[in-house]
Amino acid sequence: MKQTVFEIISNKKIAKDVYEMVLMGDTQGIAPGQFVNIKLEGLYLRRPISVCDYDEKTLTLVYKVVGKGTEQMSTMSKGVKLDLLTGLGNGYDSAKSGEMPLLIGGGVGVPPMYAQAKKLIFEGKTVSVILGFNASDEIFYEEEFKKIGARVFVTTVDGSVGIKGFVTDALSEVGEYSYVYTCGPEVMLKAVYNATVVSGQYSFEERMGCGFGACMGCTCKTKYGNKRICKDGPVLEKEEIIW
Amino acid sequence: MVNTKISLCGIEIDNPVIPASGTYGFGYEFAELYDINCLGTFSFKGTTKDARFGNPTPRIAECASGMLNAVGLQNPGVEKVISEELPKLAKVFNKKVMANVSGFSLEDYVYTCEKLDKQEQVGWLEVNISCPNVHGGGMSFGTSCESAYEVTKAVKAVTTKPVIIKLSPNVTDIASIAAACESAGADAISMINTLMGMRINLKTRKPIIANKTGGYSGPAIMPVALRMVYQVYEAVKIPIVGMGGISTAEDVIEMMLAGATAVEVGAANLIDPYACKNIIDELPKAMEKYRINDLKEIIGGAH
Repeated sequence: MKQTVFEIISNKKIAKDVYEMVLMGDTQGIAPGQFVNIKLEGLYLRRPISVCDYDEKTLTLVYKVVGKGTEQMSTMSKGVKLDLLTGLGNGYDSAKSGEMPLLIGGGVGVPPMYAQAKKLIFEGKTVSVILGFNASDEIFYEEEFKKIGARVFVTTVDGSVGIKGFVTDALSEVGEYSYVYTCGPEVMLKAVYNATVVSGQYSFEERMGCGFGACMGCTCKTKYGNKRICKDGPVLEKEEIIW
Repeated sequence: MVNTKISLCGIEIDNPVIPASGTYGFGYEFAELYDINCLGTFSFKGTTKDARFGNPTPRIAECASGMLNAVGLQNPGVEKVISEELPKLAKVFNKKVMANVSGFSLEDYVYTCEKLDKQEQVGWLEVNISCPNVHGGGMSFGTSCESAYEVTKAVKAVTTKPVIIKLSPNVTDIASIAAACESAGADAISMINTLMGMRINLKTRKPIIANKTGGYSGPAIMPVALRMVYQVYEAVKIPIVGMGGISTAEDVIEMMLAGATAVEVGAANLIDPYACKNIIDELPKAMEKYRINDLKEIIGGAH
């Protein structure tokens, strides 16, 4: 964990209620599947946002406006400085992916899949990605995933784009896959859990106090014992999940 | 050169800044960031006789200048605290630690305090009779003079180290409860625990916190804490460890003027993991600004 100041380079709307913020700062120690915790003016608790992408100097966050914190973030302009805690959470473990990993993101569960897809492709894996949305106006990052060389399958609940239905409805079209990395609403994670036979890593969400393991505000039960979503998670192994 | 040293129940500490129980775990998360030996001491995660998972989630909610929590005393139980947490803590912290204890019966408190009293690393026992987030125990011991007296008396009978009783603000007359603890032999009072509160989600029309109610902490509650410390200072002779919303070195001075010998810092640690270190670094400057040479001389100065 690190406490550092980042400066906003750009902040733009990329889909319905969804924004992409690029920040400049110290990205050392950041890994796919982790999150950052952001201090915002006038709000007491920091706001945890998953890491979408990063390089040596920049960090990209893709977030959906769901409350006061994300609403405030959506109005911020270039040049604004933000106090971030970075390097939070365990992140995804790429070592278990096999040769043909499948990444499944639903809604704002899509962003963490991007950094992980990049990493797996860099390691020479054949990566397939299922991106699930409700409707066409919510779709984002389809082209970005294609650009880095992933096989992309889009699903929409209303059928306006891609495969009609939920992310699990795309599984038959993906073909063979060795492992699953996924992030999305809990109901989606559970559907993926039941619809896939291979092992995988599932990223969970919870209301947090500190975000770094001190307050026990986000603890869940697993088959491997109690885990703090912020510190021992947010990524859990499929085998340890208790629904 | 200003003097930040104070004596808490006969044990001298380098400064009066103590991370509050439940906001600092067993210190490791913070030891990754800075040398936690800069602290006066810290109060470790509330420990009970048996291991506890705590309450279902959500356990946390945002509030104006503060937060609600209903963790519900999640901890590995006293045996594991002694066999696993304390040895790990010894690697990063070489001062005496404050052992925070909770229970659901008189026997629970006695059992856990007796065990922790024997640990060399433990300097003080902080007995929490004020947790608002558990049912059938916790706060119920701290809401009447009789039960507060009983717990204090029972714990004192089996321990040798200073016993600090942590009080709840969710009472009508905190001074009389503090006096009851003093008459039962308490060596100090720590106060205040969180204020019971609630937030409701407008979309679901249900309380945000699964436990429905939670404890309110953060800068918003500091005036309440100051008022109560001020009142208790006039009612007892034993020292007071003051807490409730402290976030800056100036807050420390204000709490000490109200009557606190030392202070605990809680919610601030969760927002800024460096909060205690920063307060300790700023303290000498704040003392100079207010022309304080020796911090212990200002205790109760507002009376």
